[in-house]
Amino acid sequence: MAENLPEISSEPIVAGVTAHSNFLVSTGATGTKFLSELRDNKKIMGIKCPKCSKVYVPPRTHCPTCFARMSEWVELSGKGSLSSYTVVRYKEPYMPKEPPYAYGVIQMDGADTGMAHILGEVDLDKIKVGMRLEPVFKEQREGSILDIDYFKPSS
Amino acid sequence: MAERIAIVGVGQTHHKSKRPDVTTAEMIAESVERCLEDAGLQMKDVDHLVGGSFEVADGYHCPDKWIIPELGAVGKAGLELQNVGTTGGVLAVASFNIAATGLFDTVLCYSWQKMDEAAGAFGRGGGGANEYWTGQFPMSPITNFARRTYAYMDRSGCTEEHIAMVRVKQDQCALKNPYAQLRLGLTVEQVMSDVLLAWPIRRLHMCPTTAGAAAFIVCPEERAKKVTDKPVWVEDWFTCHQGGALTMAEDPTSSTLRHACEVVYKRQNIKNPVKEIQAWEVYEPASPAELRWMEEVGICEDYTAWKLFEQDKVGIDKEVPFNPSGGVTATNPIGATPVVRLVEAALQVRGDAGEHQIPGKIERALATGYGGQGENVIMLLRKTL
Ligand SMILES: [Zn+2]
Repeated sequence: MAENLPEISSEPIVAGVTAHSNFLVSTGATGTKFLSELRDNKKIMGIKCPKCSKVYVPPRTHCPTCFARMSEWVELSGKGSLSSYTVVRYKEPYMPKEPPYAYGVIQMDGADTGMAHILGEVDLDKIKVGMRLEPVFKEQREGSILDIDYFKPSS
Repeated sequence: MAERIAIVGVGQTHHKSKRPDVTTAEMIAESVERCLEDAGLQMKDVDHLVGGSFEVADGYHCPDKWIIPELGAVGKAGLELQNVGTTGGVLAVASFNIAATGLFDTVLCYSWQKMDEAAGAFGRGGGGANEYWTGQFPMSPITNFARRTYAYMDRSGCTEEHIAMVRVKQDQCALKNPYAQLRLGLTVEQVMSDVLLAWPIRRLHMCPTTAGAAAFIVCPEERAKKVTDKPVWVEDWFTCHQGGALTMAEDPTSSTLRHACEVVYKRQNIKNPVKEIQAWEVYEPASPAELRWMEEVGICEDYTAWKLFEQDKVGIDKEVPFNPSGGVTATNPIGATPVVRLVEAALQVRGDAGEHQIPGKIERALATGYGGQGENVIMLLRKTL
């Protein structure tokens, strides 16, 4: 019965548990192609659905609308427009940059999807939805989405 | 009144230790493509999805957010579920329940584990790591099955050699199953001299780490009959739990499997399981577990299953066709493992299992899911209504 709940006799004893694990993420044949083009040629590639012709970047293997397997690659300029953004002003582990910094979703020219990345070389108070952006690549590239250092306003 | 339901299509990947060539979502899509092809359906025909894995082992959370787009299933009704080793069984039971309501016509169940990405995920595995009384002594499945197997040997007269015979039988079955991961050509001597993990459990006795996915489609009767001329009827299903490792003091060799089978056999009026069920795909996380499981599902008397191995009576074309696919010690994509059991049992009922098909008519097949030291899921399939 709820009215007969036991009374705790001392300071509650709460045990600690430590768990730490490292994980891997396979990017697969499609992701590997995209990332190696970034690394080797500083190219941003999209992939096109054979049924509905939508272009996805970052790429995936199946069209979310048609469940068709995609294999036609399309080279993009890398330029695009900012569709939404946020400025990060707090700090927690695993962040890719020291705050404050901005995350943006970029609508790439020639693609039908948005791509998440970091905004750089920009006054954080003057970011505007719709502003034109272009990628800045790192000098040392290792086959990572962070081989694009950030997107900056394009002239 | 619930609908009668049938499995109309099944699919699985070729299970491997590593699949760097695909993302998790692409690996699942592979099994779903095969399943839809097997059913002669397209994703647009599916009106409910149920999916999941043992998420802690994968290191993801809410993976459905990126799996559903890869499956071309955005906007469809769907659930994501997980429950350690029994995940696939829980997914299957949920799919059966949903189909049996008659509210949905075509329910797709997808399941997976990609253990090549889960480095060290089992640091605190098994034994009810979240319950304080066992969590402070994080027994893995290895130590738990060592403890239970030793208790079994102590009570039954079964020796280490008999356990090795079980592992060799599993391997002989796996050699005939192109989807199985470990196909080794083992001998009893090889098993008995393998690396000792916790006596009497050697490395070869434990289920491997696997990257793989499995899927099936279940429909209410009317729809099932339209989709296929080989429906596999889901006659009954039941799932139940027991406490963790330390609550099994009374009989450390036992599990909820016996109780779950008793419930289902009673409901379906099964008096002599070994005669009335012709195919078995029973989730054995360690090879010696198969002995006790054979007793608990009613194939033989308590503590006698090892004698069936001594007499060479267990195998695809032998008296007891137990785990013809090679079982879990050959292939263990954890979250998908009970669905693999169900897929394999359905193929046996259809007569489509290929080289590891059990000879003769399979009227009934029993598949199970197991996890967390005592949960069991029973899935009973039937050829005719
Ligand atoms: Zn498309």
